[in-house]
Amino acid sequence: MSETRSSKISPNLAQIEAAQQLVESLGEPAVSTVTFLDNIRVYVDRDRLIQALATLRQAGFDLVELGATDYLKYPAGHGTNCRFEVHYALLNRSSTARLVVKVGVDDPAPSIPTATTLWLGADWMEREVFDMYGIRFTGHPDLRRILMPEEFTAFPLRKDYPLRGRGERHNFPVLKRDQS
Amino acid sequence: MALEPIRPGAGAASVLSNNAKLWRAAGGYELPEGVQITTLDAAVNWCRKYSLWPMPFATACCGIELMSVGASRFDIARFGAEVMRFSPRQCDVMIVAGRVVMKMLPVLQRIWLQMPEPKWCISMGACACSGGVFDTYAVVQGIDRFIPVDVYIPGCPPRPEQILRALMDLQDKIQRGGRFTGTALPEQLAKEQMLEQVRGSAQGLPLIQGAARGGEARFGYALPGGEALLGSNERGSDS
Repeated sequence: MSETRSSKISPNLAQIEAAQQLVESLGEPAVSTVTFLDNIRVYVDRDRLIQALATLRQAGFDLVELGATDYLKYPAGHGTNCRFEVHYALLNRSSTARLVVKVGVDDPAPSIPTATTLWLGADWMEREVFDMYGIRFTGHPDLRRILMPEEFTAFPLRKDYPLRGRGERHNFPVLKRDQS
Repeated sequence: MALEPIRPGAGAASVLSNNAKLWRAAGGYELPEGVQITTLDAAVNWCRKYSLWPMPFATACCGIELMSVGASRFDIARFGAEVMRFSPRQCDVMIVAGRVVMKMLPVLQRIWLQMPEPKWCISMGACACSGGVFDTYAVVQGIDRFIPVDVYIPGCPPRPEQILRALMDLQDKIQRGGRFTGTALPEQLAKEQMLEQVRGSAQGLPLIQGAARGGEARFGYALPGGEALLGSNERGSDS
């Protein structure tokens, strides 16, 4: 199926091959690779994440996006089979090749090493992932909430967090006419 | 003009017609043409309602409609409310246009507290009135849960005509309002009496009485020099 679709949008096959070779050269850290259209996803072992990212950075890739997903209650057999997946979208600006590196993180106390040692731009993106999912990035210079208020205690994009919250949005003093 | 004489023994003012009231207020003299008699409160309220200075608290697309109300096609200046100020100290009607999230609500309350009396609040649009479609963990479901609101405007976003309508409704409310020395709201007579009592007290009472008062220290801001005393400063320290 992927072949027919990829012929439809005519991706840059040379780029894909080059990226594939690069992924193979990663060797041990890369657990598995999935190719869909011109989208190459590399699943990486958590302990070798920084090693793999550093190799890709040496090859000219830069970080363009960092995010996470909560796969709670997903059927078994997806991706890394972990509850959370953190993804790093990389772009090589000279060859325009793109690559997505994914790493699985599991409960309890999910934590992975920070990528700010490689790209300083990962700082706020990792803070956002921490804010929304509670995934801790060890070695991050300033890991605190970035979007939600500091007194917020939950992690709102987790799938077991209710959409309407747990009453945090109405935990404020009321100003009445005769008081204000 | 035939004026009804004041019947002796008719104690209740409600049985007098308007003309009879006028006759009595003018001391029995016929008023010259162009002269009107009214209460000072009504005159002050009449001045107030045609010079509302809005504080545009615009957080979303309602703010764009609010801008068009200020522009020439709809021209809010026809109603005397064209002086949009971005400092709450210079405003008397806050127009909350757009959704308010839990991070913004302390800001909203602080701005409301910073506005001098008399002050009014218009909740503009579905989001400000009820949260709108944003029924999520971070969005406040209606600002009237946390600050007083005088006029609500439905719509997503409301048409500019609706904003003008709300302004006219607010003008009606102001004309019906309270005393000119106070907060211009009839439901605040109790507060005005409390303020008079505090101003007359010798010691001065703390402005912030515990957490229930609308004080600013509740939001974690340090007040330089401690919290203010209401009443004692106005009398001067040498007395």
